[in-house]
Amino acid sequence: MNDLGPEDRLRFEQLVLPHVDNAFNLARWLLRSRADAEDVAQEALLRACRFFRGFHGGDARAWLLQIVRNTCYTWLEKNRPMELSVEFDEELHLQTCPTPETIAITGDERERLTRALETLPPRFREVLILRELEGCSYKEIAAITSIPIGTVMSSLSRARRQLYSALTNSSQGACP
Amino acid sequence: MRCDFADSLLQGYFDGELSGRRATEFERHLQHCVDCAVELVDLDLLSGRLQVARLYEAAPASLRKKIRADLHPVAPTTAMSQPLLWHWLAAAAALLLLAIAGWRVSPSLRTDDYQAELAEEIVDAHVHSLQPGHLTSISSNDEQDVKGWFRGKLTFALPVLDFANDGFALQGGRLDVVEERSVAVLVYASTGHLINVFVWPTQGRDTSPQVGSRQGYQWVDWRKGRIEFCVVSDAPTADLQQLQRLFTR
Repeated sequence: MNDLGPEDRLRFEQLVLPHVDNAFNLARWLLRSRADAEDVAQEALLRACRFFRGFHGGDARAWLLQIVRNTCYTWLEKNRPMELSVEFDEELHLQTCPTPETIAITGDERERLTRALETLPPRFREVLILRELEGCSYKEIAAITSIPIGTVMSSLSRARRQLYSALTNSSQGACP
Repeated sequence: MRCDFADSLLQGYFDGELSGRRATEFERHLQHCVDCAVELVDLDLLSGRLQVARLYEAAPASLRKKIRADLHPVAPTTAMSQPLLWHWLAAAAALLLLAIAGWRVSPSLRTDDYQAELAEEIVDAHVHSLQPGHLTSISSNDEQDVKGWFRGKLTFALPVLDFANDGFALQGGRLDVVEERSVAVLVYASTGHLINVFVWPTQGRDTSPQVGSRQGYQWVDWRKGRIEFCVVSDAPTADLQQLQRLFTR
């Protein structure tokens, strides 16, 4: 990171560092792991720093999240390529069915939602996280994910429907 | 059967992303489409569940530390194996530039390592507290309510004061961790700015207020009667100094 001069470094600290939480949150949900998210978020921040001179104002959060997202996908392609090819992860989906262990914690709404969200394909999961947890507008989501606004709307729709059905399945015990 | 609008207009309407004209158009449709009306409620329920469950995961302290280390690398020891004059000269020049930048931004950080480290942690904690759901554990403008919440949680007498008449309205409080110790935090609002006042016991003698700024946030730190206070916000330093005077009057 030492190719940034002191002035740029200061600007980087002021504009980009306040969004470290957002970067980590997106990475955590895309990678479904805090440990991997920490590594990838750090890598994304390094990359952001390296290309900071190319950032000419505008929305620093959206700019950083775009880098985080791309770094996550590159990481997934390398480490878990299957995840990107699966439309709706049936195997993961089945894992959300209550086992004796999970029944003990089904009272935990947060756990249940987390599991349901993690069954969604990354491309649906990301629009939901950006919309519901980050509060991004469609325009921001389109910028971060490089998909057209119309697609943001239909992705959100499918993501919500899949989440809804994952939640319904796991709570109604529609499992073997 | 799902309505044709469910994948497009319905989502946009729910997310408040439709133009006025299209929203009106969709509302007309809603009046006679039961499917859409039901799905709208389902969307709201789902969104409500996601909000309430506190799914947001803030960055762990270890990540912040690593990023900080990346940004402020210490002089690499391997340089010894390549004793090139240019490396040293470049490093010295970089340090000089950093020192100049540091001097210009916050003179009080310059000499005092303690203040520098503290400011870093306090500003991190402040930024973190601005994430949804992290600001207050007790949300109240009533001094007694807030005091009551802290009862039994602290080893010192925390002064809980509302300065609404002076422009600093008490919002509540929480416990936080700064430099690996638990600290009390009082939250104030002042003309659109949120202010965190970190308070913890100290063995140190009373000090006059030190001011500084970091990452666009200002802080004022002082000790009085074996208690240390550190006020931090994006509000102007003068406002923070006014709050400091209210605390010490």
